[in-house]
Amino acid sequence: MEKTLKNVENVIIRFAGDSGDGMQLTGGRFTETTAIVGNDLSTLPDYPAEIRAPAGSLAGVSAFQIHFSSKDIHTPGDKVDVLVAMNPAALKVHLVELEHSGMLICNTASFTKKNLTYAGYESNPLENGALEDYYNVFAIDMSKIVTEACSDMELPSKTVERTKNLFALGLLFWIFDRSTETTKDWLRKKFAKRPELIEANVRALDAGYNYGETTEIFTTRFMVEKADLPPGTYRNIIGNYAVSLGLVAAAEKSNLPLFYGGYPITPASEILHTLSSLKHHNVKTFQAEDEIAGMASIIGAAFAGNLAVTASSGPGISLKSEALGLAVMAELPMVIVNVQRGGPSTGLPTKTEQSDLFQALYGRNGEAPIPVIASATPGDCFYTAYEACRIAIKYMTPVIVLTDGYLANGSEPWPIPSMDELETIEVKFADTSSLVDGQFMPYLRDKKTLARPWAVPGTTGLEHRIGGLEKEDVTGNVSHDPENHHQMTLTREQKLNNIVNEIPPTDIYGSPSGELLILSWGGTKGSCRTAVEDLQAEGRSVSHIHLRWLNPLPKDLGEILIRYKHILIPEINMGQLSKIIRAEYLVDAQGLNLVKGKPISKGRIIKKVNEMLES
Amino acid sequence: MADVKKVEKKKYSRMDFTSDQSVRWCPGCGDYAILAQTQKVFPELGIDRENIVFISGIGCSSRFPYYMNTYGFHTIHGRAAAIASGVKIANPELSVWVVTGDGDGLSIGGNHTIHLLRRNININVMLFNNRIYGLTKGQYSPTSEVGKITKSTPFGSLDRPFNPLTLAMGAQATFVARSIDRDTKHMQAMIERSHKHKGTSFLEIYQNCLIFNDGAFASMTNKESKADNVIRLEHGQPMLFGKENKKGIKFNDNIPEIIEIGDKYSIDDVLIHNEQDYVIASMLANFTYLDIFPDPVGVLYAIDVPSYDEHVVQQIDEAIGHHGTGSIKELLNSGNTWIVE
Repeated sequence: MEKTLKNVENVIIRFAGDSGDGMQLTGGRFTETTAIVGNDLSTLPDYPAEIRAPAGSLAGVSAFQIHFSSKDIHTPGDKVDVLVAMNPAALKVHLVELEHSGMLICNTASFTKKNLTYAGYESNPLENGALEDYYNVFAIDMSKIVTEACSDMELPSKTVERTKNLFALGLLFWIFDRSTETTKDWLRKKFAKRPELIEANVRALDAGYNYGETTEIFTTRFMVEKADLPPGTYRNIIGNYAVSLGLVAAAEKSNLPLFYGGYPITPASEILHTLSSLKHHNVKTFQAEDEIAGMASIIGAAFAGNLAVTASSGPGISLKSEALGLAVMAELPMVIVNVQRGGPSTGLPTKTEQSDLFQALYGRNGEAPIPVIASATPGDCFYTAYEACRIAIKYMTPVIVLTDGYLANGSEPWPIPSMDELETIEVKFADTSSLVDGQFMPYLRDKKTLARPWAVPGTTGLEHRIGGLEKEDVTGNVSHDPENHHQMTLTREQKLNNIVNEIPPTDIYGSPSGELLILSWGGTKGSCRTAVEDLQAEGRSVSHIHLRWLNPLPKDLGEILIRYKHILIPEINMGQLSKIIRAEYLVDAQGLNLVKGKPISKGRIIKKVNEMLES
Repeated sequence: MADVKKVEKKKYSRMDFTSDQSVRWCPGCGDYAILAQTQKVFPELGIDRENIVFISGIGCSSRFPYYMNTYGFHTIHGRAAAIASGVKIANPELSVWVVTGDGDGLSIGGNHTIHLLRRNININVMLFNNRIYGLTKGQYSPTSEVGKITKSTPFGSLDRPFNPLTLAMGAQATFVARSIDRDTKHMQAMIERSHKHKGTSFLEIYQNCLIFNDGAFASMTNKESKADNVIRLEHGQPMLFGKENKKGIKFNDNIPEIIEIGDKYSIDDVLIHNEQDYVIASMLANFTYLDIFPDPVGVLYAIDVPSYDEHVVQQIDEAIGHHGTGSIKELLNSGNTWIVE
């Protein structure tokens, strides 16, 4: 029969199923192909903390959302247009976010009595007509079709059944008019040593695609045109991978060996995994016995002259805090990445949150200022990691990079930078030319930056001792003198404040003054920008500023803030940036604080703006 | 990175290893003796001074780096082993020394100590054991004997102590040795052996705290009693001790016993020390805290296995050999890419 092809601008798909159903893989493959098609896209993986929660349980539902478009987009989107629910639990958890008349695709084989009961359904919603009134329902026995497709292969039935996610993927490739070839290439590489698995998965993928093509159930395909992105070579990039690349790029630019010391923790471990595979880039990775040792090892590596980095998440950063204080005292360059997750304590390991801002700024004993920079998008993680390395070396200081679970696992098309366009990272190791009357002065500072010299072991004539005890200015000798301590405290603070000169003038999206300003930091940038675009399109006087540097804050921020009648700061915490802005600038900043382990939706931001403008 | 020069070795004297900082331990502290022996033996080790790094944690012993005219880092409580690991892996050319104590290295930093030992990073650990907390003014430590009366245990301590040597053996250390602060020549020899060992060397030094635990090792240092209470181990030599070396260690059905050389036993009955024998080393380590046996000093255990840092370098070399030196440009452009015009 005749199938129609319909042009649409935006589509949001969510793949949802049991932890073992391969939903992350399915989403990842759809993303890769969509990137190559040339759409703009944004993704949001959402998976449980348990590796394998009980099969069929609500707790075990794993999901992957992709928003793709022919326009420039900034978020994985709010309500979904297509929900793939591989079992009743996935349907139960995610149906609430499917748009009315959205497309619902289910695998009927898993809608057994047992699974239905487990998910809390008294009867089968696919059979009792409960869904058809609201949604466009496609109930397909995927398990049966893939079994038939592989019937001549003599594979264990469980193995064949596991390919049903590829069926779903193939079907969606057909519906959205994209090729299966990239996925087939990927399967051939992934299962290079298991040709029977390549065959089974390819058959499942084709079965899904052909099911769309041949059955009469599907009458319409959708086409999303290429997005009008700036010219360049692109790849799809995930936040944690971007951080890793940023660190390696900084190592190459500074001509320093990269040393990574850390301890596995969700959702930061992928940085360790990536860097440990890059030994041919002269990257050393050290999986330490605990978070403390990970942090301690990078202090040692920095002392020895490497570009030293670690990554962790909130609980791990808590353990690193004491050593962070030593890093401040020793004034050695290093980068600490915090991929924030839900807290407190173990909290929500696989969910996103922005609640470690205070920890980054203040979570140490004593006056221990540390520069803090936050990534805005998955691709921006590359630039913040790079910038953190540059500042760490230039100012001889630890620098904290804040990303979060959403940025770490989310992805977007990324114009690949050329190394030439990245700012130079100059390393000046001290040598005997810096001796004063034959003596090396480890705390004799650069007049402009206040950075102290980096004198690495192995350098003749610069033998010296440093430590966590307060230092005498210039000589670095232990000092308990009250005036000296006060002076050194001020100096460390001033060194941090000098970094303000590295921050470009604040970029205002919208009018430079007006009714309302949305101020954001970190991963909420996309939602805020999208909300502001919509509000501006409606003629509202709303502008947007996004902060990259949280410490120090840009020097022009204060005089910008007072030009707006209202200031709104959406954050996935209880108002940490709001409190800082209120304290620093004495302005009446209001918070939109939703701590649900997921990005704040554009809808909630628009609602809040409307409330503020109408009050 | 600064180039490590491979020219002919420089000649040093003891003064070259003495920093300009005045030493601030209590008069009569055993730490003075250890510092003096270290400064005395270092010119003999043949290491260029600029390649030496001393890392310490917190405690009386951890002030040590300030007094050595080398690179030094007085860090935070318990973390010296972890910081030293970073230094050594970052630059394997350096000679890295950890100075720690029974509190720093076995209590708050116990985890780092055992993991350093199992990894066998080429670092030298000198653990000053005075069986007390000195810097915090006299609480019992993880090596204090049961029933110790201290400020924090007025009714006697309840915890069973760690034996640093058995802990090191259990952690798969490849070099385990002990010396005593008063035995200056022996200590020099042990420092030299520590330096020569490839991999982590663990040297426990019994150190007297004059203020809070004076006499803890008196029976092992007093002229009259030391011969009966200390056994000095030497590889390939019979395990003899006592005045005139008339006592020896013998296995009786795999259980060690003390024999008297004379009518019943000859020197041929005495066990020969073998540094590479894990069972013998473990047995000797266990003599500590057993009143009937002498405390062993010397090298209990030393085996030659590759160090962690050697492997780190090897893996990098192999990776470069296999892939060629990585180019960030290629890495950035790897995977599926597409061009927007």
